Amino acid sequence: MATATVARPVEPGAAPPPPPEPRRVPRWVWALVVLGLWILVWSFTRGDDTLFVSGTEQTDLHERITDIADGLGGSAITGVIADGINAIVETLQGLISTPEAPRPAPQIGWLGVVAIATWVGYAVASWRIALLVAASFVSFGLFGFWEDSMDLLIVTLVSVFFAVLIGFPVAIAIGLSRTASRIVTPVLDLLQTMPTFVYLMFVFILFGIGAPNAVVCTVAYALPPIVRIAGFGIRDVSPAAIEATDSLGQTTWQRLWKVQVPMARRTIILGLNQTILAALSIAIIAGYVNGPGLGKPVLSALTQNNFGAGLVPGLLIVVMGIMLDRTTTAASERSERVARGGGEDPRRRRIVLGSLLVPVAVAVWYSRYAIDAAVFPSNDLASSVASRANDWMESITSALDGPSGAFKDAVTYGLLNPLQSLLAESPWWLAYAGLLALSLVVGGLRALVPAVVGLTGIYLLDLWNDTMVVLNMTIVATALVMVLALVFGVWMARSRRVDLIVRPTLDAGQTIPAFVYLIPVLALFGPTRFTAIVAGIIYAAPAAIKLVADGVRGVGETVVEAGRSTGSTTWQEITKVQLPMAKGSLVLATNQGLLYVLAMVVIGGLVGAGALGYDVVYALAHADYAGKGAAAGFSIVLLGILIDRVMRAAADRAGPGR
Amino acid sequence: MLDPIKRRAGLSALAAAALLALTACGGGSVSEQTEANEEQAAAAGGDCGEFNILVHPWVGYTADAYVVGHVAEEELGCTVNYVELKEGGPSYQALASGDGDVILEEWSHQAELEAAVADGTAVDLGSMGAVGIIGWYVPGWLAEEHPEVLNWENLNDFADEFRTSESGNQGQFLGSDPTYTQYDEAIIKNLGLNFKVVFSGGETATVEAFEKAQKNKEWLLGYFWEPHYIHAEIPFARVELPPYEEGCDKNKAEVDCDYAETELKKVASKEFMDSGSPAASLVEKWTLSNEDQNQIAAYITADGMSPEDAAAKWVEDNPDKVEAWLG
Repeated sequence: MATATVARPVEPGAAPPPPPEPRRVPRWVWALVVLGLWILVWSFTRGDDTLFVSGTEQTDLHERITDIADGLGGSAITGVIADGINAIVETLQGLISTPEAPRPAPQIGWLGVVAIATWVGYAVASWRIALLVAASFVSFGLFGFWEDSMDLLIVTLVSVFFAVLIGFPVAIAIGLSRTASRIVTPVLDLLQTMPTFVYLMFVFILFGIGAPNAVVCTVAYALPPIVRIAGFGIRDVSPAAIEATDSLGQTTWQRLWKVQVPMARRTIILGLNQTILAALSIAIIAGYVNGPGLGKPVLSALTQNNFGAGLVPGLLIVVMGIMLDRTTTAASERSERVARGGGEDPRRRRIVLGSLLVPVAVAVWYSRYAIDAAVFPSNDLASSVASRANDWMESITSALDGPSGAFKDAVTYGLLNPLQSLLAESPWWLAYAGLLALSLVVGGLRALVPAVVGLTGIYLLDLWNDTMVVLNMTIVATALVMVLALVFGVWMARSRRVDLIVRPTLDAGQTIPAFVYLIPVLALFGPTRFTAIVAGIIYAAPAAIKLVADGVRGVGETVVEAGRSTGSTTWQEITKVQLPMAKGSLVLATNQGLLYVLAMVVIGGLVGAGALGYDVVYALAHADYAGKGAAAGFSIVLLGILIDRVMRAAADRAGPGR
Repeated sequence: MLDPIKRRAGLSALAAAALLALTACGGGSVSEQTEANEEQAAAAGGDCGEFNILVHPWVGYTADAYVVGHVAEEELGCTVNYVELKEGGPSYQALASGDGDVILEEWSHQAELEAAVADGTAVDLGSMGAVGIIGWYVPGWLAEEHPEVLNWENLNDFADEFRTSESGNQGQFLGSDPTYTQYDEAIIKNLGLNFKVVFSGGETATVEAFEKAQKNKEWLLGYFWEPHYIHAEIPFARVELPPYEEGCDKNKAEVDCDYAETELKKVASKEFMDSGSPAASLVEKWTLSNEDQNQIAAYITADGMSPEDAAAKWVEDNPDKVEAWLG
């Protein structure tokens, strides 16, 4: 029984129907051989050497890391940095968000802020963007979260400023030098896969709570996109352009500033855009250490078990994300147009912008004078939306109560438990050998080094058993993600109309903070590993579905036509032509799915999944467990990097699918 | 592409319309409101300034914080900040750094408290009035239909019934938020119970689980506590463990008794208590019983009121209690 079900989840990654490769045994046969041997040895050794460490135990290594962390605590330099960040953030808060007693409103009231933001939107992009900005800002006030929204905006912009300040020179370095790129890439991988809660813990030890913590965490998390994407853009500037200008005898410095950076402008702004979105995505977590912003109302709604009350600020975070995304994208397009000499007469534009400052100044003045323009008039829009959302959620969860439990049990007993028993109840050396062999089967020889480094590192961090439990949930969640991705991806690829309807839903699933949908998911599935898996699926499926859809659509029309002319059915067309041809995209989608699911591990610790997520959350509250929390964080990082490298090697072998 | 002049006209019209709409609303001026605030602060006895209340993530605590905050704001003219943090280490660091002035409901964290008192950053203000009762609980329906489960000695007979998809071959014991005081793993081991602790991960998850168990008549045994608003909504029953005796929980790995009843404490930063702020005297005199806290917490959760409104309603209904804090 167990044997039959255990093999299932490996299939999506390992065995899309292989194209005929004569002379070789197909890879999925090797995978089955490895699994068979593993199960055989497991049946004799089950329960030995599992390296289980209970929630409140820790090892010498963990205690040693805790001591090191304590030694780091609150040095003079971090104190100065924290004070500096506090001063900047508090000044900006006094200006647009937090009133200083006895004044009832900040220095510039909401109307003034809306006017300024609208003007900026017009100046950097277009009147359409200006309207979008104005509507977004008004919605922050209308729903009663003006102050929290402004706080979030401040923290995000300050963090992005520092991320660019630090990140841009690094981007130039990796753009110009391969060696620099090789050194920096692993650091970026580490920063991006490290669970944000682990940042919080260490930054908390170093920088205390509140705005400094929020800003430092956000900078660390938002740094990789700008470095990677801008670095790529600079490196990618066409050699012809460089040669042509080199012949004029320019210095390296001139080449950088006059040719490479301007020509990479568009990519650099795309990096900035991704950095801003990364910064927003950490907003809620920062609420755990009193970081100012919309994260706080979302988290307190979670403690109060009030879905609707968290949904409203959660959606406002989405609104802010859309606003900043569209604005930076439009700004990059505009700058491109202007750089090419298109667009309008610059003198005339300066006059227009200058004269528009007059109504802005009037609005700012008025918002300092009249109370209704200073403090957004209160209304009960938010609470009526919240209570309607609650009613709606209640009716859905009670309607689904029975089937959801049955589905949870089917997946748990059929898939999750047997596989966990194999991964986590095997002796560590057996699981190590089995996983290494599977990595080689999937990724080939190129997977050897990352697999050995990753698995050995996980072993040395003393949380082997918890990591196996997490790996199990990750595999099962990814298998379910890939089922969804195949069904919806193919459907979207084959019908434009479906694509138009489904895509916005996917965007919402990707941007809405997980803390918002935890409550209904908990109501349906209770505190279980399955709940964590569902949260992971909601987060990971959109990206995977989009990748599959784009990959399948990328399969040439002529190929599909050729198939049709031979009279193949729709099913044959999908399984024999479209999916095999899109194999590269499928592997890529699986990889992204795995990494996105892994990013939700810590959240899983909050809803009953235990393991590494629990270790991290526990450490956040118990200073004497900081070392264990850090070890858990690094285990997640190693697991992520291992999976990523193995899957990338597999994708290269699968060849370009798109 | 629109002509820039037209764009400018459109935007100006928008701004003008917004301005007009607002002027039509009437309303007061900012400086009038500033003066009114100054007068209120002066009438309330002068200079309170900023008052930073640490807020830990459970609803009972939210009730404490907003009641104290409401009174400090309305009666003393303080500017109240609610500093939301996890309990334990983060909170004591906030007291030391001045980011927080008071912890209104401290359940345990004896080590952190003693260290903070020893290095002179915090003051132990003693009981906050409520008594914390941590224990093993089952949903009400189960206590009615199978009263045997209320004695720990019978629990092993029902381990199968308590089994879930998460607990393997053993019965499930639902642990709670990782940050709370819990030693159920040790109790289970030392009493020889055939149960496995599965951590819900948070208060939300635990409450959802008990609500669902009561509604669907599911078997559930878990860590829970009083005071908690949910007791007003669904019935709970407490399982009897070997009674607590002084010191039986001293070594966390060898606990084989029930949780001690905890006198919940107020802790304040030393600097704040020495500052002479009227809020410091309010905190010293403030107490809240289990019933009162449950009442306010139920306004927030069951009735969906905002914490501010819930606190205001309770303060209005209980003038004599509030009077005693200010006297």
